[in-house]
Order: sequence, then structure tokens, then C-alpha cells
Amino acid sequence: MKTICLYFQVHQPFRFRRYRFFDIGESHYYYDDYSNESIMKKVAGRCYLPANQLMLDLIEKYGERFRVAWSVSGIALDQFELYAPEVLESFRKLAATGQVEFLAETYSHSLVSLADPDEFRVQVKEHSDRIESLFGVRPGVFRNTELVYSDDIGAVVADMGYGAMLTEGAKHILGWKSPNYLYYNAVNPRLKLLLKNYKLSDDIAFRFSDRGWGEWPLTAEKYAGWLRDIDKKEEVINLFMDYETFGEHQDVGTGILEFLRALPGELLRHNEFRFATPSEVASLHEPVASMHVPYPISWADEERDLSAWLGNDMQNEAFTKLYELKELVKKTNDTKIMTDWRYLQVSDHFYYMSTKFFSDGEVHKYFNPYESPYDAFINYMNVLSDFARRVNEMVGATETETTMLKRQIRDRDEQLEKLQAEINELREKRKLVATPVVEGEEEVTGSKSSAKASKPSTGSGSAKASKPSGKSVSAKASKPSTGSGSAGKAKPVSRKKAETGEKKPRGSKKA
Amino acid sequence: MRVLMFGWEFPPHISGGLGTACYGLTRGMSHISGLEVLFVVPKAWGDEDQSALTLIAADNFPVRKKFIEMKNFLREMTYLEVHSRLVPYMSPEDYAETVNNSEGGSNVYFNTEEIGKLKFTGKYGPDLFQEIANYALVAGVIADDHSFDIIHAHDWLTYPAGMAAKAVSGKPLVIHVHATDFDRSGGSVNPGVFEIEKRGMEAADMIIAVSNLTRTTVIEKYGINPARVVTVYNAVEPLELGEWPEFRKPVNEKIVTFLGRITLQKGPEYFVEAAHKVLMKSDNVRFVMAGSGDLFPRIIRRAASLGIMDRFHFTGFLRGQDVNHMFAISDLYVMPSVSEPFGISPLEAMQSNVPVIISHQSGVSEILKHAIKVDFWDIDAMADAIYGILHYGALSEMFKKHGKTEVDNLKWENSALHVKQVYDAVLAKYY
Repeated sequence: MKTICLYFQVHQPFRFRRYRFFDIGESHYYYDDYSNESIMKKVAGRCYLPANQLMLDLIEKYGERFRVAWSVSGIALDQFELYAPEVLESFRKLAATGQVEFLAETYSHSLVSLADPDEFRVQVKEHSDRIESLFGVRPGVFRNTELVYSDDIGAVVADMGYGAMLTEGAKHILGWKSPNYLYYNAVNPRLKLLLKNYKLSDDIAFRFSDRGWGEWPLTAEKYAGWLRDIDKKEEVINLFMDYETFGEHQDVGTGILEFLRALPGELLRHNEFRFATPSEVASLHEPVASMHVPYPISWADEERDLSAWLGNDMQNEAFTKLYELKELVKKTNDTKIMTDWRYLQVSDHFYYMSTKFFSDGEVHKYFNPYESPYDAFINYMNVLSDFARRVNEMVGATETETTMLKRQIRDRDEQLEKLQAEINELREKRKLVATPVVEGEEEVTGSKSSAKASKPSTGSGSAKASKPSGKSVSAKASKPSTGSGSAGKAKPVSRKKAETGEKKPRGSKKA
Repeated sequence: MRVLMFGWEFPPHISGGLGTACYGLTRGMSHISGLEVLFVVPKAWGDEDQSALTLIAADNFPVRKKFIEMKNFLREMTYLEVHSRLVPYMSPEDYAETVNNSEGGSNVYFNTEEIGKLKFTGKYGPDLFQEIANYALVAGVIADDHSFDIIHAHDWLTYPAGMAAKAVSGKPLVIHVHATDFDRSGGSVNPGVFEIEKRGMEAADMIIAVSNLTRTTVIEKYGINPARVVTVYNAVEPLELGEWPEFRKPVNEKIVTFLGRITLQKGPEYFVEAAHKVLMKSDNVRFVMAGSGDLFPRIIRRAASLGIMDRFHFTGFLRGQDVNHMFAISDLYVMPSVSEPFGISPLEAMQSNVPVIISHQSGVSEILKHAIKVDFWDIDAMADAIYGILHYGALSEMFKKHGKTEVDNLKWENSALHVKQVYDAVLAKYY
């Protein structure tokens, strides 16, 4: 008997208002209340409420045999509370049936797993706490934002005590292997992995209403037939998709809700399938192999990588600048700051800055409130600039102070370089004097001429001869090599006198 | 296929966008095999070299025939100069100078703004229309003397010539709209010009517009059947490498540049207002307005009253190397045009690795992806974009990385091919 695992992602970004640079320092409210409220209410009416009702109906009809799971981001929960508490209520009702599961994720629907493991743990815990307090059960299975996964992320998740994690059954990772089995993390085998069957999932999520698609119109009967055709030995079929597929991405008029209503009946009819939640899948099945994912994957686009969020200079700058603030934010210990900090991290902000949609799919455009990625970037950076100012002010380290420190470091680096050049020069001079006595003539002249040819400006003739070119001063000192033995002995003394000892690490970093 | 093409300026005597576009287009066309161009321009004879063949046309209008070979052209081009007293001039300063020198000589000088806006002062207004009519007369004679398959006329001054050639030869006429009087005048069109434009459009077998923006104007303001108007985008000449001296920025400050005529059409006042907003928040930036025009006094007064003159500079009209210099030291180029049929200059800025902000009300915004687009009136958005590009380093990097590639792919050869397709379609229908 094959297991069907349904998991739906529930998330709405908390959109920023148009925040101009002249708002920086003047206004600290970043959110587009109108869009956020109206979109949440619209989607609640078209999708969340009717789909939840449908799920309740299905549970009533099929009893224990029907199972389903959601992951609801903290950002979505916040907005349900603000704008559509009735959705929360209906999720509570579903939770009360005991046949559904709510998964753990990062509170902010963030990409923090790629930036900072500690902060990642904090956000996951925050989310699990919230889910437990709302629905009475603490999540045992984790799913990361956009199904982002790598061996290292999996290891952290396992360490936090989650027994299973969801990710994409990316073709470039699996190769000939099938996503329809349970796998385990390459670092910590205790973490089981459920892989999305992207073909069957996307048939519903993206292609369902596409009239240009060869299989249109898709009926529950036809779809159940496909599932039945899957090799008998395969065990789990993971259908993962956005919950908004039902009624929002795919309009009600396409018949998507009827499809969803009819599907369980078609599948349960012949006793070939059973439904299970992710944690049930993890206990029902044994993993067949480990999965090696050295570089992060996701469930987006053709490449199933991170390029939609961290694929260009703007996204990387915004992402880096954001997480540079982490320590300072913690120091503030201020609830307002913490709230904004959460909302700044929502992955959608980075998605809006993607330049992929110039060439890639309509999907990007559909989800993007900005006219261009440049627009999105400017707006985000304006907000981030204001946020950074507030954080800095609160912590007391003003921006000017930071820049002053930076300048000091730079000045010292320069000074260090100058001293280094001087040392090299002296060393060369000494060598020239010393060579006739110490070394055979041909070797020296040979090295000298080649050094001149390659790098005449730095005057690193000695560096060439002793071969630690590019290494730090200390490395040279510790290894006085053949060519400049006498010179090497003399130098450490003079350097210590100049008190460069403290600056050495910086100098070496630069080199 | 032979094309009889009517223009009104050609290198080296270029006064504005039209000459640049004609040059690029004909150069692109020289790369299409089997396509021959007979280029006719009105010209006041004086300093030009006399070696070319001179034809004396009827009614005492001498016509000179030259075979010119230009750099980057695959073939030499037949070039006809009609001795007309029509002489387009670019800037008001130039105009004033010339009128003073000529003292009512034989030439009729008229003043145009980049793409042919006329300044009608009583002095030469009536004469000008007479000249246009004369040009048309000669065009008829030329048409009679030469064999060709299709006629192509650029902008309103040459429409009558195109129509005359069509009447004489019976060959189909394509007119190319680089701008309409609605763009040039900011809405208050000159009825005489409008009349010529409308008649030209109605007589044409096919109309080429330089952008969808212009195409819409042609359809809506001149009542032309949409099926007869196609859009063919302009392109930009590739940069000549290695010719430039290295320019260095004098101060370690950011420079934001407006380069164009200081006229209503170009939206200079929005640039000043946006500059003011940016300067309230940042001190490490200077704004430069390069160009001249009738709004100059108003702009300078406004900048002074905003108290930003210490950071806002005027250079006057720039040409040639000075333009390159300006681009080389600019960190950002802004084109806030109120109505810009196409707009080649942002492309030139991008060639020099300068990020650009352009208005939605420009034809070029229809094809550029790697540029920030704002509405010309939206000063807040414009200021925000300026601030963003100056402060968030990744933006300039993105523009430099992608903008140059994008603009390098806009080739005149492609535009020429597109024009050739238009010819083919017209001829297929005609015969």
C-alpha cells in the first residue's frame, strides 16, 4: 500500500509600503496596511476559508483515513490575527480533529538558515512555541522556507530534535533515484527526509488550469490513475504545494476545489493508498538511503536553487546588510525592533529583487508588487537604512562611530603595508650585500632577474627567493628559508620594536 | 531594391536625434544585400567640397550628386544635395549667431529643437513653408530622373517631398515618424505643421513610428488606421573604443547628470525638484544640467530659490567630446522627458557604464529592462531612485553588469532589417 502525504504551505508576506528615502529617520512605520489587509481578506475568502471547510468535510466523510498537513508561517499567523481571525478559528477546528499536522518552520518565513545557525534556531523555536500555543501540539517535523535544504541545515534541524524534514525531490540531487521513498540526512541519519514529488505536485499547483497543457482538463480520476501507475515498490508520494493553489493561484472557476474534494475518494476506493501526515510517514516507513546535498536546494524554478532569492548583487547586498545587524538587534531587547526585525527577514522581499523574471516565468511577476527588481531593492534598502539607524541609536553605537573604527582599521592596514614594503626593501639590500658570501652566485642572480621581470613594483626579490610570497610577516619570520638566513634572524627584533605584533593578524588577513 | 530616401541632415552636419537616426539606419541598411539607398538632403552650399557631380534640376534648383563612402558602411551611398535655403540649426545660440552674420543673405535659417520643432517668428515663418514646398518641387524632379522602388521620408519637413515623389513616380511611400508636433510643442501644436504631418501620414502607404508611444500618437491624434502604423525601434551606434582620453572625476563626489535641451519636452523642472529632495538628505552629491534652451532662465531661478545652487551646476550646450567627458564623470543619468518619441541618449549613457533613470513617457522605456523607470511628474519616485543608486552600491553594479550588454544588443542592423520587412510588405501589397 502506498502512502500519500499532503502538505500545504500557508504564507502571506507582510508587504512594505512605498518607503522613500526621505522617510528615513522621519517615519518608522514600514507596512502597507491596505494591501496587507485587503490581500489577506481576499485570499481568506477565496482560499483559506473554503479550503479549510472542504478539509473538514473530507475528514468527516472519510474519518481516520484522510490526513493532511500544513505549515503556517508566523507572518501568516500574525496577519490572521490582525485581519482574518476566522481563519485561525477554522484551523483550530481542524487541529481538534487530531487527523491533521502542523509543521515547524522559521517564524519569519526567512532564509536565515543560510545566514546564521544560531538565529535560525531562535526563529524555529519561536514558531514552534507559537504553533503549540495555538493548536496544542508541538511540531515534530520541520520544513524550511521554500523547502531550502542542505546537509548542514539538516544537521542543525536534527540537533534541534526534529525527527523529519521536508524538501524538494530535486532531479539534480536525486539523479536516477526516486523521490517516492524516505531518505535520511547525510550528516545525522536520525533526520528523515520527505521529498516532494515535483512532477505530480506541480501538475496540480501550476498546470491544473493550463489549457495549453496536453493533459488538460485534469480530473481526480485521471490523476488517481497516474498515482496508481507508479511502480508498485515505491512507497510514499509527497504532494507538497502552496495552500493558495486552491482558489487563489488556481481560480475557483477552474474546478480546483472540486478536484480536491473528489481526489481522496478516488484514491481510497481501491484500498491501494492511505493518507498520512509527515510524522506518520516518518514512522511508517524506513529510509532507504542517505541524500547528499552539499549546496542548498529549494523548490523554486527550473534550477531548484536559491537564485530566485540570492541570485544577484542586490539580493546579496540586502541579505548581507540585514544579517550584519543581528548582534545589535539582540542588544536592543526592544519589542518594536524585534517585530520589524522579523518582518524584514521575510523571504518574499528578496524574491521581489530577482532579475530572473526578465527571462524566467510568469510566476515571478505574479507574486511581485513592484514594477521592477530595482524598485524593490531601493524600497527595501530605504527601510533597512531606517531600521539600522534605529538599532544603532538604541545600542549607542552610532553610524559615525562605526565608520570611524573602520577608518582606523584601514589606516593601520596602510601603515602596516608601508612597513612591510620597508622591510622587504631592507631585506633585499641586506641580501645583496650578503649574497657573495653566503650563496652560490648563479642561483641568486637567477632569482633576482626573474623577480624583477614579474613584480618590479613591490620589490619582492627576497620574497621570491624565500618563497613565502603572499604570506604574512609572521610566516616569514618563523621560516627563515635558505636564501636569506642571516636576514631572517635580524628582522624579528626590529619588528617587535616597531610594535607591529598586534596588527599582524589584520595584515595577514588582507594579504 | 532601391530606396529614395528624403532626410534633412546627415553627418557630419548633424544637429540632433534625427540626423543620428538617419545615419544609423542607412548604415544598418548598407549591410543588407540588394538594398540601395539614394539619400536626398536639402543643403545650403558654402563650405562643402565641390567635387561631387552637380545636376541642375528644373526651376533653377541645382542638385549635386555625390557618392559618399562612410566609415562602417559596407557600400558607398548615392547622396543627393538639393540646393535649398533650408538649413536646420540646433541651438538658439547658434541661430542667433548665424542670423547676425548672414544679414539677410540668401539662406533661410530656421531654428529647430533637436528633432525639428520650429520657432515661428514672423520673420521667416512664411518663407519656411515656401522652402518646404520648393524642396518638394525638386523632389519631384529627382524622382523623375532616377529609378527606384520605394520612397522613404523622415519627419514632417520631408513629407511633402515624399508625397511629390510619389505623385511623379507612382511608387509607394513610407514615412518615418521620429517625432510629432505634439511631442515638440507639449500639446499646443502649430496648425501648419500639423496639417503637413497629417497629410503626409494619410498619403503614406505605411508609417513607421519609433516607439509604441509615438505609434499611439499617430493613431489617436492624427486619426490613422492602426493597421498602417508599425513600430520600429531605434538603436545606437557602437562606441568607438580607444579614442577617448581618460577622464577623471575632479572631486570625490557623486555626479547626477541631466543632458538635453532645457525645454518643456525634456522635463528639466522635475530634475531640479528631485535634486532638491535628494540634497536635503545627502551632501556628497552634485547635480549637473548640461544643455541649453528656452526654460533655462526659469530653471536657474528655481534652483536659486530652492537654495541648491552650490550643488547644482549648468554647463551650457555640450557636444562631441564634451558629451563623452560628461558621461565619463557621471554616476547617474536622468532623462525625465515629458514626451520623448524614442530617446537615444540614455543608451549612450549606458554604453559609458552610467546607470540611467528614464521616464515612462519615453519610447526607449519600452525596450530597456535595466533602467529605472518613473513617471516624469513623480518627483518623489525620481528622487528615491537617485538616492538609491547613489547610496546602495549593488544597484550601480547591476546596471553596469547588465545595462551595457543590453544596450550593446540594440543594433541598427536589426532596425534596418525590420525596415526592410516593412518595405517588403508594402511592395507585396503594391504590385
